[in-house]
Amino acid sequence: MNSVVRYFTDIYKGVTSLWTGMKVTGKYFISPGEIVTEQYPENRATLKMEDRFKGEVIMPHDENNQHKCTGCGICEVNCPNGSIEIITKKVPNEQGKMVRAIDKHIYHLSMCTFCELCIKTCPFDAITWGQDFEHAVFDRTRLTRVLNRPGSSLKKKEVKS
Amino acid sequence: MNEEAVKKVILKEDEDYIINMGPQHPSTHGVLRLEVCLNGETVKHMTPHIGYIHRGMEKMAEFNTYKQLIHLTDRMDYLSAHINNEAVCLAVENALEVEVPERVQYIRAILDELSRVASHHLWWSAFGMDLGALTTFFYGMRDREKVLAIFEESFGSRLLHSFNTPGGLMHDVHPNFRKHTREFVKYFRKKLPDYKNLLTDNIIFHNRTKGIGVMDKEMAINYGITGPSGRGSGFSCDVRKVAPYGVYDKVVFREILYPEGDSFARYKVRVDEMQESLNILEQLVDDMPEEGGYTAKMKPVIKLPEGEYFQRVEAARGEFGVFIVSKGEKYPYRIKFRSPSFSNLFVLGPLAKGGIIADLVAICGSLDLVIPDIDR
Repeated sequence: MNSVVRYFTDIYKGVTSLWTGMKVTGKYFISPGEIVTEQYPENRATLKMEDRFKGEVIMPHDENNQHKCTGCGICEVNCPNGSIEIITKKVPNEQGKMVRAIDKHIYHLSMCTFCELCIKTCPFDAITWGQDFEHAVFDRTRLTRVLNRPGSSLKKKEVKS
Repeated sequence: MNEEAVKKVILKEDEDYIINMGPQHPSTHGVLRLEVCLNGETVKHMTPHIGYIHRGMEKMAEFNTYKQLIHLTDRMDYLSAHINNEAVCLAVENALEVEVPERVQYIRAILDELSRVASHHLWWSAFGMDLGALTTFFYGMRDREKVLAIFEESFGSRLLHSFNTPGGLMHDVHPNFRKHTREFVKYFRKKLPDYKNLLTDNIIFHNRTKGIGVMDKEMAINYGITGPSGRGSGFSCDVRKVAPYGVYDKVVFREILYPEGDSFARYKVRVDEMQESLNILEQLVDDMPEEGGYTAKMKPVIKLPEGEYFQRVEAARGEFGVFIVSKGEKYPYRIKFRSPSFSNLFVLGPLAKGGIIADLVAICGSLDLVIPDIDR
């Protein structure tokens, strides 16, 4: 007798718990409310990442092809993985004295862990985060980038007037 | 060694059927190999083989300064990355006797709880999926996305945000942080009944988890099981209660304890903890000071005074500890991480013994293992 009762209560319990679960999924099937999915490759034109998004390290250049990097190498020292290499050169300044300037700011995106220490410690705010995130390439060497553009020079400090 | 002794050490017999679950098995959630010794469908013995993604983090940390090694702790338990960061930061701050602003402590605690909720979301999704309920995966991920959106707005990354630094935070949080956290708490409170109806009350789920993998309190203490898995056995081990850090002594919350010790009790602890985290979040967001800066004044090169320092925090999976030995240099002389998943893994063998192989999946899911946390 007892087992018969248990048999039927089990069936009842099973059906009711199934029904409770189906009610939840059914509710979202009929009225999903907010659509949370994004059609990613199609929405590229409207896709806007957050301002602070860490996509890659970039060096902003102004319209005269000038940047703020002096080649001090603080970012290279602070990087925990050695993803930044600074190659400097000597160029004459206005007084004809040879001073240090950046030749190549090499950034290995493949080694970067996005810890932000280079950007945080840069005394001149020369590098910052870029919002690009589509980094898939066929060749690994393409992930090594030179951040300063060819022919670029150091931005002169603005003279306070 | 004679033949008898060899048999005793490797615990295998000739007629045993050995199956390798993993290294690439969906239910182990990473590269973990479980060598299962079977008799029919019954598990006679189970040996975990670890080390497939060992990266030598403790050694790597010896060549990094205290600011640099923060980003390594992200990559251990990636689901509670923020909590791991906090452990190192607190250890360094306590060693230097730096007073961090109260606002920083509040923000850290809010982020801890958000990380915990997000981590439990993913665990809930994956646990349901392990036991054959694919719907939970979508529902859990939908709600987790809301937390990750808050993270992305403030730190720029969704998972591995090295946002803590010794002395405070990398940046100030986004101006909308408080508003969006409030919105999330409100949103998730409405969604919690769905979790109950979908999985907690499901009869199939009950049959799969109730009375499976029973771990009593003594066993939990002997194996060093902490976090929700330990509290599912009635072992009161919440570091937030036992040894409060940050602002946890200022908030009112309940330590979730279930004495049954089976997979369902561990499930219940985590689901109740999500609710409790929302209660903590509500209190913290209201009390969070608006002014006070985001970092204390720190020297550019941090050198810990000679000595040994230990700090433990409650990560999403249990007690996470950092032990630093310093010789007064800018690099740590030795650093040891006590990660929760490493201890929690080794109870899997004794629990699975005598059960069927499908129960092994349920127990493995209920312990909530993260493999990089085991291998480090």
